[in-house]
Amino acid sequence: MRHVIDNRVPARPVPVIRIRRLTKSYGHGDATVHALRGPSDPRSGEPQGVDLDIEQGDYVAVMGSSGSGKSTLMNILGCLDVPTSGRYLLDGTDVGHLDEQQLALVRNRKIGFVFQSFNLVPRTTALAQVELPLAYAGVRTAERRRRATAALSLVGLAERAGHKPNELSGGQQQRVAVARALVTAPAMLLADEPTGNLDSHSTEEVLALIDGLNATGRTVVLITHEDEVARHAKRVLRLVDGQIVSDLRQAPVEGPPPCLGPDVAEVLA
Amino acid sequence: MILWQTLRFAVGGLAANKVRSALTMLGVLIGVASVILLLAVGNGSSVAVKESITSLGTNSLTVSSGSASGGSRATSSVKKLTVADAKALATDADTAAIKSVAPVVTTGGTALYGNIAYSPGSIVGTYPSYFETANQKVAHGEYFTDDDVLASRKVAVLGATTAKQLFDVEDPVGRTVVLGGTPFTVVGVLQAKGGSGFTDPDDVVIAPLPTVQNAFTGFGSVNQILVQASSADSTTAAQSEITRVLLGTHAIADPAKADFRITSQSSLLTARESTTKTFTVLLGAVAAISLLVGGIGITNIMLVTVTERTREIGIRKALGAPRAVILGQFLTESTLLSVIGAGLGVAAGIAGSHVSIVGIKPVVIPESVLGAFAIAVAIGLFFGSYPANRAASLRPIDALRHE
Repeated sequence: MRHVIDNRVPARPVPVIRIRRLTKSYGHGDATVHALRGPSDPRSGEPQGVDLDIEQGDYVAVMGSSGSGKSTLMNILGCLDVPTSGRYLLDGTDVGHLDEQQLALVRNRKIGFVFQSFNLVPRTTALAQVELPLAYAGVRTAERRRRATAALSLVGLAERAGHKPNELSGGQQQRVAVARALVTAPAMLLADEPTGNLDSHSTEEVLALIDGLNATGRTVVLITHEDEVARHAKRVLRLVDGQIVSDLRQAPVEGPPPCLGPDVAEVLA
Repeated sequence: MILWQTLRFAVGGLAANKVRSALTMLGVLIGVASVILLLAVGNGSSVAVKESITSLGTNSLTVSSGSASGGSRATSSVKKLTVADAKALATDADTAAIKSVAPVVTTGGTALYGNIAYSPGSIVGTYPSYFETANQKVAHGEYFTDDDVLASRKVAVLGATTAKQLFDVEDPVGRTVVLGGTPFTVVGVLQAKGGSGFTDPDDVVIAPLPTVQNAFTGFGSVNQILVQASSADSTTAAQSEITRVLLGTHAIADPAKADFRITSQSSLLTARESTTKTFTVLLGAVAAISLLVGGIGITNIMLVTVTERTREIGIRKALGAPRAVILGQFLTESTLLSVIGAGLGVAAGIAGSHVSIVGIKPVVIPESVLGAFAIAVAIGLFFGSYPANRAASLRPIDALRHE
């Protein structure tokens, strides 16, 4: 099956994300709720599942009201949750066939998470937060320290390295979370409403960081319900009731994100 | 992930709830300390019994009159023990296992010295071999001699307690005490033995047999004959030799109808020792239960900790923490609780064993210290494994959604 798909698109690289006929439902029998369903089968009315490809280097915003299934999609893409049915290939690997340990490895190496509620580890300094994924990856102390410090400098928090989450503002906490997500140099950054709890100034800062990461070639999938945030993406998906209802390209996959600020571009250059 | 990092996370986790961690450690502390201390108390009383066995002389056998089966037989057939019986035992040709024989009469009376009157626990009349058999050593002065016995000299050796009561700080040797109207010259004072029982073995006056018979009991029967076997191993042989000789002198054909009893000190005390062993086991069991309760305390607290930190576990899993790391982190925490608790417990137990409890000086058993510590650590691992396992097998999405 996989070989057939690969043979059909020989000229292009394997998409970072390829999902086929993916569904996710909760509950049983009549009480079943389909969080992800895709289009219904015209004859039986059964959900056919969601199909989606995301190319290397793309910047995708997933939009939708609450309950539209965007968070469910996000959790499945991040290997935090497993689909009810369907296939999910991450970098060409079928995630459904991986065991618990391999999934931990995938989350550690390939995915960087940024959450709406920051999700920093309590009582832990910013530097230690950023070192954490490296520690799980088995990186040695000196190397870990160096890379974590570099990541914190990138988000502009080098001088806050010794602060604990309760000593940082919301915007600063989210920037620590971004530093933590990018420190392992993952192929893909998943951001679940990263600006949902931030004021407009912090929102700009965090989005500028994410734009910058995309400009350096990292795939970004961002969930939001704000058009302001979606404006930064190259491609906008709209989800309604577990189906993708629109797929709009705002900018080509190759090339910078549409709203890349000149100052960030300078920092990254 | 390196051990040091895990340890630092664990210490951080424990430090986040200091009171709770301290109380959990207290549970383990009490468990370990009570195991060490109660076993030390049991061991201490057993050591005391062993010491009194040695002080009584392990080779000694006591022959007393009366039927072996409790005296239900006709009393008319009971012949009292006499000095002649003792002489028969001492002179019989075929008694290789018997080293020495001492007939003993015991009586009571008041001793007078100057204007001090004191009633010693017992007044013993015997032969000089008694001292060796009963393991009585003279600390000051000397023993009376066979010559003193033959000449019925009025000499006496005082026990340490008696000497203290009558003479206090004065030197008793060479002084005269009046016992039952007869003046006795003190020739020696015995070493204090110290006793664990109800009677004080140092509260005694020992004098030559004929002198005591003359002054108190008359020249009839003797209370006991004290026999010293040639070695601790030959007490059984000595016992059968005594039986053979005395059956002959008492003219009894059937050994079942013997009118005397032979008891060995060590057999009596072995029985007492086994009692203290039972006591030790009981104390140990009580202590072990408290250690178990401490372990359950660890499980309880770790379950609470896991529940509280479910979200943190979710974050760590989202960052790619493998199952083993989460498991290790919580196991380290629970083990740390038990190790610190057990360490403090060992310190408390050893410190507590310096205080004597209800007259027993606790003697710490080194194995109990190691054992209690090891068991406590094992308990930390065992009782911590359930909560740790629960934390490690949480699904990341459920853990992250937990509020």
